[in-house]
Amino acid sequence: MTYRVLIVDDSKLARMAVAKVLNGLQPDWVRLEATNADEALEIAKAGGVNVALLDFNMPGRDGLVLAAELKALNPDMPLAVVSANHQVEVVARAEAVGAVFLPKPVTETSLRDFVTAVAASLAAAG
Amino acid sequence: MTAAKPQVLDELELDALTELVNLGVSRAAGSLREMVGEEVHLSVPAVRLVTRGEAIAILGEREQTKLVAVHQVFEGDITGRALLIFPEAKSLELVRAVTGGDLPLEDIIELEQEALAETGNVILNGCLATMANMLQRSLKMSLPEILRGEGETFFSLAPPPEAGDVVLFLYINFAVRQRDIEGYIAMLMDMPSLAALRVLLQEFIARATGAEA
Repeated sequence: MTYRVLIVDDSKLARMAVAKVLNGLQPDWVRLEATNADEALEIAKAGGVNVALLDFNMPGRDGLVLAAELKALNPDMPLAVVSANHQVEVVARAEAVGAVFLPKPVTETSLRDFVTAVAASLAAAG
Repeated sequence: MTAAKPQVLDELELDALTELVNLGVSRAAGSLREMVGEEVHLSVPAVRLVTRGEAIAILGEREQTKLVAVHQVFEGDITGRALLIFPEAKSLELVRAVTGGDLPLEDIIELEQEALAETGNVILNGCLATMANMLQRSLKMSLPEILRGEGETFFSLAPPPEAGDVVLFLYINFAVRQRDIEGYIAMLMDMPSLAALRVLLQEFIARATGAEA
């Protein structure tokens, strides 16, 4: 099944790195990219985004604020917040907004569980 | 002093370098959190590559007071100096934030050197070790040393810098226990080190994006 995944990161390199790992796991998924929270929200509002991977530390609104905004828009959208800053408070806030916390840099191993779970839940939702 | 503006890194290389520094600082925030037992908010905006003269001018313009710096030398494929710089007033604020804030002033002054060295070491090591790991090279780092003075002092340490030296310059803002502390991280390198860094960045980009090197 083909899903649309939104990758949000202010770093082009980080977006390319996530795209590479994701491509190895789910080559059929269509990737959309945004460089900040405003762009991400605009893309999400246009519809058709199934899942999003959000960088935490971005200029403007951070990935946790964006996660809450995306959840307000679509409570069922699976989200991951990606960061090298794995302080317990940050991880807890990610979980509190209903997002999965993934350590940065993203690896195939770390992304696999999330992607597998997402694919299963999206398939179940039809 | 009048060296041309360094234009040696292209957009993606500078992006990769910024991302490496962000990873390093994010990890340093995690280590600081362990130290202080409370959440540490740490942010780093875009990294700038400037000449040594420009770095001195930026500090001179933005900071009117005396500065304190934690200084460490790094050696390896890339050799240079890393500095964490604060206005002097902020350095006591930093010690208060790290120690919990209810110590009498004389204790804070006594602890200042040690707390600065320790905090600086965590932040600078976090950055440099992460960069070294991601670039798959090892860097040897000296012990932290506290310096006081002005930008000119910090960027003119012996052995004398070369005219073409560049500074990787970034503003860092962190908050612990409602105390806001703004400072700077600077990495001073010579041109051969910058050239070596560029090659390592290109290899890193190729690995991260799966592109052919």
